[in-house]
Amino acid sequence: MNKTINQKAWLFVIPVFILVAFNAVVPLMTVVNYAFQETFGNNVFTWEGTRWFKQILRSDRFHSALGRQFLFTGVILFIQVPLGIAIALTMPKKGIGVSVCLVLMSMPLLIPWNVVGAMWNIIALPEIGLLGHTLNDLGFDYNFTQQTGDAWFTTILMDVWHWTSLVVLLSYAGLRSIQPAYYQAAEIDGANRWAVFRHIELPKMKKVLTIAILLRFMDSFMIYTEPFVLTGGGPGNATAFLSIDLVKMALGQFDLGPAAAMSLIYFFIVLLVCWVFYNLMMRNETQG
Amino acid sequence: MSLELRNVEKKVGQDTHIYSTNLRFEKNTINILLGSTLAGKTTLMQIMAGLDKPTNGEIWFADKNVTGVAVQKRNVSMVYQQFINYPNFSVFDNIASPLKITGINSDQIKKRVGQVSELLKLSEMLDKRPNELSGGQQQRTALARALVKDSGLILLDEPLANLDFKLREELREELPKLFENRECIVVYATTEPSDALLIGGYTATLMEGRVIEYGKTIEVYNKPKNLFSARVFSDPPINISEIKKSGDTFSLLHDSVKWKNSNVDLKDGNYKVGIRPYNITTYKEGNNCIEIKGKVLISELSGSESLIHFRNVNLNWVSLSNGIHQMKVGQEAKLYMNVDEFMYFDQNNNLVNNV
Repeated sequence: MNKTINQKAWLFVIPVFILVAFNAVVPLMTVVNYAFQETFGNNVFTWEGTRWFKQILRSDRFHSALGRQFLFTGVILFIQVPLGIAIALTMPKKGIGVSVCLVLMSMPLLIPWNVVGAMWNIIALPEIGLLGHTLNDLGFDYNFTQQTGDAWFTTILMDVWHWTSLVVLLSYAGLRSIQPAYYQAAEIDGANRWAVFRHIELPKMKKVLTIAILLRFMDSFMIYTEPFVLTGGGPGNATAFLSIDLVKMALGQFDLGPAAAMSLIYFFIVLLVCWVFYNLMMRNETQG
Repeated sequence: MSLELRNVEKKVGQDTHIYSTNLRFEKNTINILLGSTLAGKTTLMQIMAGLDKPTNGEIWFADKNVTGVAVQKRNVSMVYQQFINYPNFSVFDNIASPLKITGINSDQIKKRVGQVSELLKLSEMLDKRPNELSGGQQQRTALARALVKDSGLILLDEPLANLDFKLREELREELPKLFENRECIVVYATTEPSDALLIGGYTATLMEGRVIEYGKTIEVYNKPKNLFSARVFSDPPINISEIKKSGDTFSLLHDSVKWKNSNVDLKDGNYKVGIRPYNITTYKEGNNCIEIKGKVLISELSGSESLIHFRNVNLNWVSLSNGIHQMKVGQEAKLYMNVDEFMYFDQNNNLVNNV
């Protein structure tokens, strides 16, 4: 029997094409357009080839922003992932405590990002803020608007406060999906608490942890609002992460060409890191 | 060496999961816990293993009271319905895991794992990880983990329930052989009467947290102590009907069927009759057959057997015949019951005749 060829199926894909075109392809192509040309306004463009890319890749400013970005993301992953798992492990498994903990854990995630920035800005103010004032009373010379270390400390603390819950919730979901029989089998084998964590809980959480780390990587690598409100990238350029630096370049200095080139490089770095990480984590996964 | 439960009782809050139970399993026996879901099989096993403590009563193993002893110190193995293996270990390391804790040297471990994996046909896949194996192989790995150490007590909690039909049959046949020449007590929980019959050994029938009876599997099957035991140990479900006896004549309600049975010595009165589905057939079997008529409700063919559900007056009956006998739903059917195989129960549901 001959297969009937039915091209109508393409019709069903059209809505997705339109959606993707408007929310991804069109904006991205605009950026690509700027990245290869010079503009002096009035829609006059001159072709510049790869000049902006070379300029960005060779600039110290980009290198240091990228360095700060990797340092920040590395530090918050290093803190949030283990801390999130640890909190998930200590959360109750049944009873009313479950709902209480889950609600408490979701609270920070529900607060808008700029509010988080403003909140921590006020908390950390050296003169009147709860944190800032207390630290100064305890004898620390704390001032996050003037000292690089303090600015970093506050930004990281804010991010940990805001986002550790996400890791907790995902890890908790992963832990809850482990059948009790696994723990019994380990008990029969006489495995200690560490072995249970290492050989049952951690491998069983692998998939949700991969998601958690990917989400946290992407979000923290693209972080903008919170540090912008908290420190504005300062003191100096101390907390000017990639996105803050990018906005400064594009909207502050109106260097559209280099800024467009920088956002493309930025985009490819995120894509590349996610791809490498995902493949590393899923290397040995063949099936469920 | 024997395992003994003395007045073991398990309550969780207000609910009683296990009512006071006495059981004694002897050395080198396979013991089946047969009962439907929620009958208490798993709870009973966890108490035997030491994973759970009884509310009351004692557990004795090898003439020692082990009631409060932790599971790691009891030398037990357990296999679950789900395929429980360490996900990031190879099959070899999985099988070796119970041995590593005991601290025997690696040559010994290699030898033992080799033997057990040979026995369970896993030699080819020792380097693979559990998620690269089929369900049957995963459960074989779990079984190997249970067999690799010299456990005095091996508990199998519905180990075949999650396998597909073919694999179940295959592994079920191998199971009894695995425990030959081992110094241990095996406890096997299942909902399937056919598992019990195939594996043999001893059977305890369970219902709603109570052990109804315990004895040699074939004896429990042929001569169940009461109606409940017969019901638990019958698949497809046993047919039960109220009957009346007067003189040497028995009759079903509404007198739809009557028969004589001079071999049975019972007073006149009301009884219940239990008839296994394969004693109602489309053909005559045995010397003492009676007819029963009914309207066909369901007619199924499975393999070389025919399952016919029919309605006689106000009762639904199940019959199981050898061979293919196709019937139309709604048609009037005539079937034959083998009177010699009838089980009679008194008003207290106890078996009263010699089957």
